[in-house]
Formats: sequence, C-alpha cells, structure tokens
Amino acid sequence: MGAFHSVSDDHPYRDLAAKTGFSLEQIGSLHNRFKQLSHNEDVLKREDFNSIPDLACNPIRTQIIKAFFDRRNFQGNGTGSVQEIGFEEFLTVMSYFRPPSSRMTEEQREEMRRAKLRFLFNMHDTDNDGTITLEEYRHVVEELLSSSGTLGKETAKGISDAAMLEVASITMGHMEPDEFYEGITFDHFLKILKEIEIDTKMHIRF
Amino acid sequence: MIPRVPFRPAPGHRTLMGRGLLMFLIMTLILGTILPLGASSSPDVSSRNGQDNHNHSHRSQDHEGKHHDNKSRKAFPVLEFDYQHVRIPFEIALWVLLASLMKLGFHLIPRLSSIVPESCLLIVVGLLVGGLIKLVGESPPVLDSKVFFLYLLPPIILDAGYFLPIRPFSENLGTILMFAVVGTLWNSFFIGGLLYAVCQIEGANLLRVDLLSCLLFGAIISAVDPVAVLAVFEEIHINELLHILVFGESLLNDAVTVVLYHLFEEFAGVGTVSVVDVFLGILSFLVVSMGGVLVGAIYGFLSALTSRFTSHQRVIEPLFVFMYSYMAYLSAEIFHLSGIMALIACGAVMRPYVEANISHKSHTTIKYFLKMWSSVSETLIFIFLGVSTVAGPHQWNWTFVVMTVILCLVARVLGVVGLTYVINKFRIVKLTTKDQFIIAYGGLRGAIAFSLVFLLDKDHFPDKHMFLTAIITIIFFTVFVQGMTIRPLVDLLAVKKKQETKRSINEEIHTQFLDHLLTGIEDICGHYGHHHWKDKLNRFNKKYIKKCLIAGERSKEPQLIAFYHKMEMKQAIELVESGSGAKLPSAMPSTISLQNIQPKKPADRALPQLSKGREEEIRKILRNNLQRTRQRLQSYNRHTLVADPYEDGWKEILLKKKKIELEKKISQMNNYLTVPAPPSDSPTMARARLASDPQAWRVKPDTDNVPTIKVDLASPQSPESVNVVDEFGKRGGQPQREPEGEDGGLTMKVPSSSGKAPTKADSDDPREQQRLMRCLSDPGPAPDEEEDDDEPFLP
Repeated sequence: MGAFHSVSDDHPYRDLAAKTGFSLEQIGSLHNRFKQLSHNEDVLKREDFNSIPDLACNPIRTQIIKAFFDRRNFQGNGTGSVQEIGFEEFLTVMSYFRPPSSRMTEEQREEMRRAKLRFLFNMHDTDNDGTITLEEYRHVVEELLSSSGTLGKETAKGISDAAMLEVASITMGHMEPDEFYEGITFDHFLKILKEIEIDTKMHIRF
Repeated sequence: MIPRVPFRPAPGHRTLMGRGLLMFLIMTLILGTILPLGASSSPDVSSRNGQDNHNHSHRSQDHEGKHHDNKSRKAFPVLEFDYQHVRIPFEIALWVLLASLMKLGFHLIPRLSSIVPESCLLIVVGLLVGGLIKLVGESPPVLDSKVFFLYLLPPIILDAGYFLPIRPFSENLGTILMFAVVGTLWNSFFIGGLLYAVCQIEGANLLRVDLLSCLLFGAIISAVDPVAVLAVFEEIHINELLHILVFGESLLNDAVTVVLYHLFEEFAGVGTVSVVDVFLGILSFLVVSMGGVLVGAIYGFLSALTSRFTSHQRVIEPLFVFMYSYMAYLSAEIFHLSGIMALIACGAVMRPYVEANISHKSHTTIKYFLKMWSSVSETLIFIFLGVSTVAGPHQWNWTFVVMTVILCLVARVLGVVGLTYVINKFRIVKLTTKDQFIIAYGGLRGAIAFSLVFLLDKDHFPDKHMFLTAIITIIFFTVFVQGMTIRPLVDLLAVKKKQETKRSINEEIHTQFLDHLLTGIEDICGHYGHHHWKDKLNRFNKKYIKKCLIAGERSKEPQLIAFYHKMEMKQAIELVESGSGAKLPSAMPSTISLQNIQPKKPADRALPQLSKGREEEIRKILRNNLQRTRQRLQSYNRHTLVADPYEDGWKEILLKKKKIELEKKISQMNNYLTVPAPPSDSPTMARARLASDPQAWRVKPDTDNVPTIKVDLASPQSPESVNVVDEFGKRGGQPQREPEGEDGGLTMKVPSSSGKAPTKADSDDPREQQRLMRCLSDPGPAPDEEEDDDEPFLP
C-alpha cells in the first residue's frame, strides 16, 4: 500500500491522520473505497450509496445515509445537511467508528464516548432541536421494525412509549401530573446508555 | 449455572433449636449411611451388578424352598427385614439426601459460607464421611468413572450449555479457542516433558516412569475443569468477559483432552509414537471436535423440530429437551467424540427455537430441573471426591507430587501470559494484566482429571496409584487454596464485577440499532467483518430456519417485539408475585405517568362534564399507579387458551364486583386508551395468559375509588367477551348507567385520535369489539391490602 503513494500524497493524508486518528494505511484503503463508490469523482452523492447491494436490506439505511450528509457530524459547528461530501467529510464520519486505542487516557476515552454518543443522538434527533421527542423516537422504533410489516406499526408505538416512559423515570424521577416531559436531551441520553459500553461496542475493524 | 437459592428462613431455622434439629438430622443420616454399608458384604458401588444377580437367584431359590417345605411351617412373619432388594436405590437416595442436607447445612453458618467456597466444604464432608466409614471397618465407595461420566457429568454440562450466553461467547470465540486448544497442548507437553526430566533424576527413585506415561499424566492434569470452575466462579460474580473466557476454555478443552488421552493410552503399550501417529492425532482432534459439535447440532435441530409440534402435549416438553440432549452426549461417546462439546452444541442450538415454542411453565420446569440436577451432581461429585481420597490406594512420592504442583502453576502462568501476548494483537479490547492473572488463577482442576486417571489400566500404567495421589493433591490444592483465595484477591485487585442491572428496553433498542448501524457502516466500507457475517446469519436464520422450526405466528415476530412482550410478561409476573401491599418491585420509584410524556392536545382539556374533583382523583390514581408500563394480566382471547377454571371463577367474582363499583363511575370520561393486540396465538401471549395469576383479580373491598379501564381491541372477539358484555347488559336498571358497550369503564385512548365523545359510536357495536377488563391497581387514596398492582396499559 505504502509503495504506491508518492510523497505528495502523504501530506494531505498526514493532516487527515492527525485530525481523525486513522493510520495512513487505513486512510489509503478508505480513499480507494471512496473513489470506488463515487466512480472516481471527488464528491460522493446520496445516490452513490444506493449502489451498495448489501445496504439495501438494512432497515435503517436511510438514517445511516443521512448521517453521512449531516453537517453536525463534521466536527465543525454547522447544522443542516449537504448534498454531496468530499473525502474529508467521509473520513470524519468514519472516524466515529474507530476502536479505542490502548494508549488512550481515561479522559480521551471519555471524550471518544461522548463523541460516539453524540453521533447516535444526532441520528435520532432529526430536527436538531436538541431533544429527541416522542415522535422522533417512535420513528426510530418503526424503522427498526420496518421489516415486519404492519404488525410493527402499532407495537412500535407501544414500545416507544414504554421506552420514553423509562427514560423519563430514570432521568426525572418525579414529575407533577401536568408537567410535560419534552424529550430526551443529550444528557439524559448519556445517562440511559451508560450501561452499554459504547466505546467497546461501537467500532468496526478498518 | 448452578444457582444459589436465596435462603429464606422458615421461622424455625435461625433459632438455636432449628439448627440443632438440622444437625441431629444430618448426624442420623450419616450414621444411617454407614450402617447399611456395614450390613452388606461388599459395599463397593461398582460391584453392584454382581449383587443384583445374586439377589435374584437367591430369591427364586427361596420360593422353591418354601414350596418343598410345607411340613415344617414357620409362623407367618408379621414384620420382615429385607434390606437387600432395595439396597442400591436406597443407598443412592441416601447419598443424594445427604448431599442436599449438607448444602442446606452450610448456609446455616453464614460466615463460613462466605469465606470458604462450597466445593471445599463438600470435599471436607466427603473426607469426614469417608473417614467414618473407614473407622467402621468397611471400605468406602469410590467414585466410579462410569457413574461419573454417564450420570453425574451430563447434567452439569447441559445446564451450562443450555444457559450459555451466546453473544459474549461468540464474540470471544477466537480467544477461547486459543486458550483451550493451544493452552492445553502447551500445558500437557510442558508438564509431561519436565516431569519426565525430573523422573530421570537419580535420587527420586522414579526411573521406571517412561515418557509416554508422563505425557499422558500431563495431558490429564492440564485440562481446566468445568465443574470446579463453575463451582468457584459462581460465587465471585466476576465480570462477564472473564467468566466466559475461563468457563469457555474449560468446556472446549475437552476435545483436546480426549484426543491426547486416547493417543497416549493407545501407544503406551507400544512404547513409541511415530510421525504418522502425530499427524493422525491432529486429524483425530479435528474429527473429535467438529464431530462432537455436529452430533450436538443435529440433535439440537431435532429437538427444536419436535418442540414445534408439542402444543397439545405441554407436559412432556421438558422431557424432549432432556432426552435429546442426553442422547447427543451418549451418541458422541459411542464414537469417542467429545461428548461435552456435543452437549454444549445441542443446548445452544436448540434453545432459541425451543423457547419460542414451549409454554412458560415448561420453560420454568426445564430451568429448575436443570439447576436441580446439576446442583445435586456437583454436590455428589465433590463429596465422592473426598470419600475417594480416603478410600483410594495411595502411593506418596514427595518429589513427584511437589514437582507436579509447581509445574502446573508455572505452566499455567507461562501459558496464559504467552498466549495473551499473541491474542492481544488481534483483539480490540485487550486483556489487561489483571485479566491475565485471574485467567491464570482460575484454572482449577477437578473431578474429570481424577476420573480419567481412575480409568487407566493398571497393567499399562504401573504407577497408577502415584498418579492418583498426585492428581488428588493438585485438585485439593487448586480447589482449596486457589478457590478460597480468589475471592479476596478479586476484591483486592478491584476486578470488574458482574453488573446486576436488568436489561432495559432502551438498551435493547439501542443494541439492535447499533447492530444495524455497524453492519451498514461495514457494508459502506466494503469490509466483510464480524457484523456483516452475523447479519447474514441472522437473515438466513429468519428466512429459512425459523420458518420450519418455530410454530405458527411466532416465527415472524421480530426480536424487539419478542423482547418487549417478554419483558412485559416478566414484570406482570413480578408484580403478581410480589404479593399484597403497595410495594412495587420498582427500581426506579418515580411518579411519572403516561400523561407526562404524551404531548398535550387541546382536546384533553375539554372535559366539560367532568367535575374538577373527579378529574383530580383520576389523575392522582394514574400517577400513583403508573410505575411500570404495560401490564397484561388478563387473557386476550380465550379461544386458544386451555381454560383455567380457577381463573374463570375469579373473573366472575371480579365482574360482579366491578358491576357494583361501576355504577358510580366516570361515564363521561372522554379519554381512551387503545391497545394493540399481539396475535392471539403467539406463545408469549399464551404464556402471559397462563402465567396470569388469578390472584390479580382478588376482590377489592374498597370499591369506590377504583375506576376500571376497559380497552378496545381490534382483534375479533371471543365468546367470553360477549359474555362479559352480556352480563353487563343483563344487569339493567343501574342508575347512571352508561350506554351499552361503554359501561362506565375508564377507557383511555391516545389523544392523537379525536378526544371527543366516541362513546356513542363505540357502544353501537359492543359485540363487535372485544372488551378487555383492565383493573387499575389501587393504592389510591385509601391504603390497599391487595397486591393489585396492575397498571394501565400503554399504547
């Protein structure tokens, strides 16, 4: 892999490597994949993702694809979505799935956890108001059950309501009867998913 | 896993007299054990068969004698003593009883059981009993290898295999295999080789021990024992990863042990091993392990298929599970394949399908029978280990034994460290030094090694007794020293413990979400990794296998829904079992109710006919009651349910009670709660029905404050539901009775539909709709003494 890179190639890679934490080889192979998906252009469009056959069976593929084009995941401060992304954005989104390295300090590990959970949060919070409302959560569960047909729709409502109630119970503890629980904020999200060890679960091998 | 049932003290037990009585009972039993052994001529268990034949012939002769001897008539015996013909079952039952009483006894002394693991105590008891028997003058029974391998070991392994946590096991399979295969090989050759070197030393008087014997000994002793590991690790509640690593290793190294054992035993007579034999040995290893797994999987599928058709004969469902598994074990043993791996494969393969098919009661039966059998087996094994120590012919050789112990420890540590170094290169979650220490320290030896040595032929292995002594020493050392010290060490090193939290539905949702997400990302990367293959397997499973192995509707139920229903049912049962009182088994006491999360719509506010007071009362009731969601305590559809007369009776009483209450009830309530019904024949629902405790419908004395929620279901009605409506219809003349179908139930509908008054519309066709009575549990304003902690349904 390394032999085919000229010196000039390494420099942009080095920047990217510093920014995203990937190694140079990983960036190289991801770049090849990027070029393959985008048919050798510089930008990737949504339609390009449709050419991946295995992705078609995935119940949450729309949300995954949307996540790639979501500015909130680009580690800037932008919001909203874009129509096409370059390699840098592609890599940035991929970097959320890096495994924790053994040399990380506790602080860095915590930061990585937050970043990953933030990514998940952004996937659920589609209107970017900072909370996952009941409707959005219902949508999530419906998508997950979308492969089971009409059976899913009603039970999805039940499940999402139950889940929401659980979140409210864990995070709020006590509420007056006419108070209204707006939705899951990021802090609540962190709290309820504390048990799942995100940093060890949410990664793939590059 | 072998459970430690929480010791609920009956009133007598904690008192001194209670303890004294129990001790007396145990003493009597021990004495009782010795006497029959003394009464019979040859107490050795393995010579049972001879006795049986002898008895039979004796008895037939007796009959003939009586016919001949009519002249000298004896007086008719009123009371006879004929011990011989029940001797064997009597002794077995006595031993089992003794073992179980021992278990009871240990927990009476709380401090002891928290310091010393149970296995140690049992061995000590075995030593005592063996000593007693020897004092009496008889030779104590020895742990017969056949009995051990055919009767005592399978329940433990089946228990472990059936409840094996598949997810962590498959995630760490590579690591486990490395430890099991490579680790055991390293151990056996290291120990065997070095022991041979030691034996060559002049002064030790061990020159006659040849290389093959040493290697065989090394092979036997290097295998980590699942029984011992289970017994000790059960009590220290270590985190899941370490548990599955050590435990998985102990299970999978059986194949290696079997191959090495047979290899060395075969060639012990010949004296040399050639290269071809080594090659054949490797081939044999593959055959033994893969063959064992295959046999187990076949029986597992057969069992799953059989369970599909048992819906009309629920009572024998557990029998199928046990028999198929046992057959798998025995079939594997016929061909000298790895029986343990067959058993594990069978249990793990059949479990998801069988659980989808069988009733809840069968599930509970299987669980408790397995736990019971494995518990008894384990106890017996350890006691007999103690007794055999006293009994067995020993040959103590200081050098050999001490060197064995040292070499075992050294080999284990070196093996673990070396292997972890290699493994960590491939693992994402690396194994830390602490983990390595626990893995090394947890390598306990146990009864399997002992039985294997016992099986050795004395002619080929003249040093059998020396081996026996050494093995017993090692077992004692690992079980006592390592077993006792591992708990304080775990605390000292602050090793992560098992998390006791229950699986919440949020976690389940997100775990599934993550699975799909990671599969998607892998596909985008073009990377065929772990998740990709898992997803493919799941889809294949769903499409083909589940269709043929799972009965009826259940095969299409996605996992999340199944989980949801299971959780609901579990909570329903919990609440019912928690008995009377307002104490809910809630880990998160909160007053959050459904209202808090439903978005407010203007329609909610429009309750013109409802008085403020009434509304407040209802709100208070809702708020106080809604701790857990989704309680389904009543059957949906009686069609497919085997009628439970008890439940029917309660229902009638309840309905009558409700009648009286409801006349004053909120007729003007405009909120409705619609409940989606699961398919009526789904076994989860069947289980919920069967599990629903009639207690839930206990009559409530304070009737005034209990509104009832009636629920509209979309599914077709059943005859009973029509009866319900009919009954309501019959009792006419109630003041303020609401129109027919409504009947004063507090029905709540999701506000998203129009919150106005569909009462009329609904009541138009009461018979078309299935009514479901929901009883709102009632802490309410008045203190309740019932357990009625039912919760209104969430949509």
